[in-house]
Amino acid sequence: MARIEFLGPIGKEPQELAISNLNELKEIFAKDEKLAEWLGICAVAVNDKIVKSTDMKINPNDKISLLPPVCGG
Amino acid sequence: MIKYLFCLQFAVVDMLELHDGSLDVPKITARWYEEIKDKNFGAFIPFIGIVRDEFGIDGLSFDIYEPILNSWFDTWQKKAKEQGAMLFMAHSKGDVLNHTSSYISAVVTPQRKVGLRLINDFVEDFKASAPIWKYDLIDGKRVYAKNRSQALSGAGLLA
Repeated sequence: MARIEFLGPIGKEPQELAISNLNELKEIFAKDEKLAEWLGICAVAVNDKIVKSTDMKINPNDKISLLPPVCGG
Repeated sequence: MIKYLFCLQFAVVDMLELHDGSLDVPKITARWYEEIKDKNFGAFIPFIGIVRDEFGIDGLSFDIYEPILNSWFDTWQKKAKEQGAMLFMAHSKGDVLNHTSSYISAVVTPQRKVGLRLINDFVEDFKASAPIWKYDLIDGKRVYAKNRSQALSGAGLLA
């Protein structure tokens, strides 16, 4: 199963989900009220690389990270 | 403190540093200067961020996602190297009180103009792209500085 991590201030424990692409994850997260305020402003990384398409294939051991807005310095 | 290793011609230097709490600015910048002063660079241009007393905060606090920070910094180091320059960066993790430093970056370059442009572009992209989350410290609690944060490129993919 893919591991999903919620970084920074999201404050949600990691999840493991059986998904084959990010469109499936999008459908699952649409039902999660705790994520409603975050999905529109979070970038997504797969195996620590930010991705721009939901069509990419997700493998069983992939790590998916949600990255909220940043402010270093 | 994690260390990002970059090979110079004569030495191995720590180019990216993460520290718990406030940065010891004199110690860090002096160490960087000592590393480069005899390498025939013409300019050493540091930028030092200091936490201001504003919004009623006692300080700031930071979370960092290190794998993507490391790859982001590596990309910038390669850009700098292509221009004959090098970058240094130090950032705090955890709490940093007012009037202390959470961020130092520096460019070392043969020529001033290249260095001034590079430090500006590097710091601007750092603000927009480095996976670091800032919180205000108010009455002992961490409050996400959402209004001062920028969405990363590609945000909203799962909305």
